[in-house]
Amino acid sequence: MNLSDNIIEISDLSFKREDRIIYNDINLKVPRGKVTAIMGPSGIGKTTLLRLIGGQLLPNSGKILFNDENIVTASRKSLFKMRRKMGMLFQSGALFTEMSVFDNVAFPIREHTKLPESIINKVVLMKLEAVGLRGAAQLFPAELSGGMARRAALARSIALDPELIMYDEPFAGQDPISMAVIVRLIRELNDALGLTSIVVSHDVEEVLSIADYVYIIANQTVIAQGTPQQLRQEKSEQVIQFMEGRPDGPVPFHFPHQDYKKEMCNNVD
Amino acid sequence: MLTKTLLSLGNSGINFITGAGRAGMLLLGALKPSGRGVKFFPLLVKQLYVVGVQSLVIIVIAGLFIGMVLSLQGYSLLVGFGAEQSLGQMVALSLLRELGPVVSALLFAGRAGSALTAEIGLMKATEQLSSLEMMAIDPMHQIIAPRFWAGLISLPLLSAIFSAFGILGGHLVGVDWLGVDTGAFWAIMQASVDWNQDIATGLLKSMVFAVVITWIALHKGYDAVPTSEGISKATTSTVVTASLAVLGLDFILTALMFS
Ligand SMILES: Nc1ncnc2c1ncn2[C@@H]1O[C@H](COP(=O)(O)OP(=O)(O)OP(=O)(O)O)[C@@H](O)[C@H]1O
Ligand SMILES: [Mg+2]
Repeated sequence: MNLSDNIIEISDLSFKREDRIIYNDINLKVPRGKVTAIMGPSGIGKTTLLRLIGGQLLPNSGKILFNDENIVTASRKSLFKMRRKMGMLFQSGALFTEMSVFDNVAFPIREHTKLPESIINKVVLMKLEAVGLRGAAQLFPAELSGGMARRAALARSIALDPELIMYDEPFAGQDPISMAVIVRLIRELNDALGLTSIVVSHDVEEVLSIADYVYIIANQTVIAQGTPQQLRQEKSEQVIQFMEGRPDGPVPFHFPHQDYKKEMCNNVD
Repeated sequence: MLTKTLLSLGNSGINFITGAGRAGMLLLGALKPSGRGVKFFPLLVKQLYVVGVQSLVIIVIAGLFIGMVLSLQGYSLLVGFGAEQSLGQMVALSLLRELGPVVSALLFAGRAGSALTAEIGLMKATEQLSSLEMMAIDPMHQIIAPRFWAGLISLPLLSAIFSAFGILGGHLVGVDWLGVDTGAFWAIMQASVDWNQDIATGLLKSMVFAVVITWIALHKGYDAVPTSEGISKATTSTVVTASLAVLGLDFILTALMFS
């Protein structure tokens, strides 16, 4: 089969939560074998986008192609088949609380392969070593710090060497050293294993340092895209505001709401 | 005003129907254990331990006490007619037909049902269910089905144990304390307890209760609003709904079986 250059192609996707429009005809492509970053203000719908790609949410309209197959209309069976090729690091980690770190990482391997325990043991320890948690293998999720839990979850999401890995905020809660380790890990996994990575993050510098291609999302759609170099030269106010973290500008910092002044005055009766 | 009332009525109607639909889907998913193949059995065994074995102590203690109280009450009633020999019969029949299935179901709803709801609600809130889905593993097969079958198997057994310990408690008070003749206690009980009339009906009741309680508990957890408040509400609602369902169904089943 001749696969297209893009592992994910999203076209004219719209998604609503109750009455609030999260996405309005968004278009986005994730090139195969590259690290694609998705940035945007908090609450704009980045996690939602990953869930749409994973088929956990259904859009109101539009297409999401994964290896040229539409996730939106896929049967449950073929959706599960596609998910086997995806890994996802959840924003909260989502480790299984009743299993040790080791078993958490081993879980997807035991479920989807028939490898003997001796090999699983080696694979799991390799993954844990990669995130610096080999020593914590026998701990339970409740015994980990927030940052450790996310690294353990990261080890689990790469356990099966999926074709596509989606990282939701991989750097959140990490100290500078583990941050650098994770940045390097994402890059190395991507290049050594020929995976495709989607990184969702607010950390502008880290993202620009590892991404091959960057999308910035705001106002229900993509407001800028390009390589890190291109974005650094971007003149658009919205982009400059986001990249430099200025509170004033065209990107709203606040959740949509009625006028501040008006609401304050309303209460002074 | 009227349209508002109608609207909210319609809305709750729709909510009720979609809720019932989701509950139905959940039951269907849970009834199909084959989804996990051989991996189903270790999961089931673990849940049998959590749902069944861990409810054992409370069932045994409650059974003993209920049997003892029955015996005390029964004795003071029967002795007036000089019929205290029939104490064994009275204790056994009350337990096998009614109190065994019903009280153990109520305890089960409080002990195991609430725990199931809270556990699944928490799994939902911490995205463990989502992450199973993303690993291409159906939470219905991995989480729901083993718990459902464990509930289904456990409660009838727990009811039987409850009744057995109740009879023991009745013997303790009636024979060892109040001095009813032990031979008469057992002999009249054996002569009057009928397999079809008493034991099978009790067993059938507790099977129905098992389905209903476990189903409600799993559904409430799976449908819980994934916040701490949502989970605590769902847990309470499981105990209340399941208990009322047990009592209501008990009346219906009794009416069907004994009339
Ligand atoms: N379960 C839900 N029900 C209703 N609305 C939701 C739900 N989950 C998210 N939302 C809404 O959807 C919007 C997008 O949420 P999402 O989690 O995708 O944001 P995000 O871009 O990942 O934010 P962050 O960077 O803070 O993680 C938010 O404004 C939120 O209010
Ligand atoms: Mg998010």
